Amino acid sequence: MTWLQLLATLLLGAGSLLLLLAGIGLLRFPHFYARLHAAAVVDTLAAALFLAGLGCLFGATLGTVKLGLILLFLLFTSPTACHALARAAWVSGLREPAQPGEPPPSPS
Amino acid sequence: MRLCYPSPPRCGRLVRPRPPSLPMKHTISLTLTLALLWWVLSGYPQPLLLAFGAASVAFTVWLARRMDLVDHESHPLHWSWRLPHFWARLLREIAISNLHVLAAILSPRRDAIAPHFVRTRTRQTSALGKTTLANAITLTPGTVTVDLCDDELLVHALTLASAQGVVEGQLDALVPTDVEEPAR
Repeated sequence: MTWLQLLATLLLGAGSLLLLLAGIGLLRFPHFYARLHAAAVVDTLAAALFLAGLGCLFGATLGTVKLGLILLFLLFTSPTACHALARAAWVSGLREPAQPGEPPPSPS
Repeated sequence: MRLCYPSPPRCGRLVRPRPPSLPMKHTISLTLTLALLWWVLSGYPQPLLLAFGAASVAFTVWLARRMDLVDHESHPLHWSWRLPHFWARLLREIAISNLHVLAAILSPRRDAIAPHFVRTRTRQTSALGKTTLANAITLTPGTVTVDLCDDELLVHALTLASAQGVVEGQLDALVPTDVEEPAR
């Protein structure tokens, strides 16, 4: 096992752990808007760790460049999807837990 | 920034008036970007396949021009030397706020999170600057831009600390203000 493979293992393992934690957060958080933030972890750090780990396995090939492009496109598109979800909920009248301007509610 | 579109004709043929001058600079840039993207994604050296690639790129550029998609808004070219700094700081902010969200997920305390909406004003004046800021806020875990009206952002924040960061305008101060290209 070369050091590059070891690094890949570490990165992929960390990415998997993050995915698991994001899943736990998705279940633990109380409502829609809070759950969006747990999902954002998947889009950013978990995806970056996974693609970096795969890049270590590919080495200096065209495949690594493609992985970089995947990450770039993910970083461009995932906030758009996240915002579309949040805005759709806002426009449909979902206002939990508080109206803007009000002090944040004390968590129950 | 186009604030309003000309209303389409109610009847008659669907003929779109041609803009007075198609932006050549953006067409060339789009062609080069697409060609590079095609080659990176395929990696073929054979002349026949390269010719196919060139044909696809030419067709796509023709289609984009015909749909009037090639302009300063869809294809911003204006380079700012503050952009690499902004990207580096954005990546750092993303990593840090990821850790904060993970800590909130793992915390057994129920008051580890305080999800709420905040309204804040941005110092960005251009459409591109506002979009960049709103996207950066959404990309950072713990904050999601829900709405943007004039210069007021409606942001949902997971914790008090993440809301504080948005209200203080940490990212706002980083977005380069000289990226907007003048409208053609």
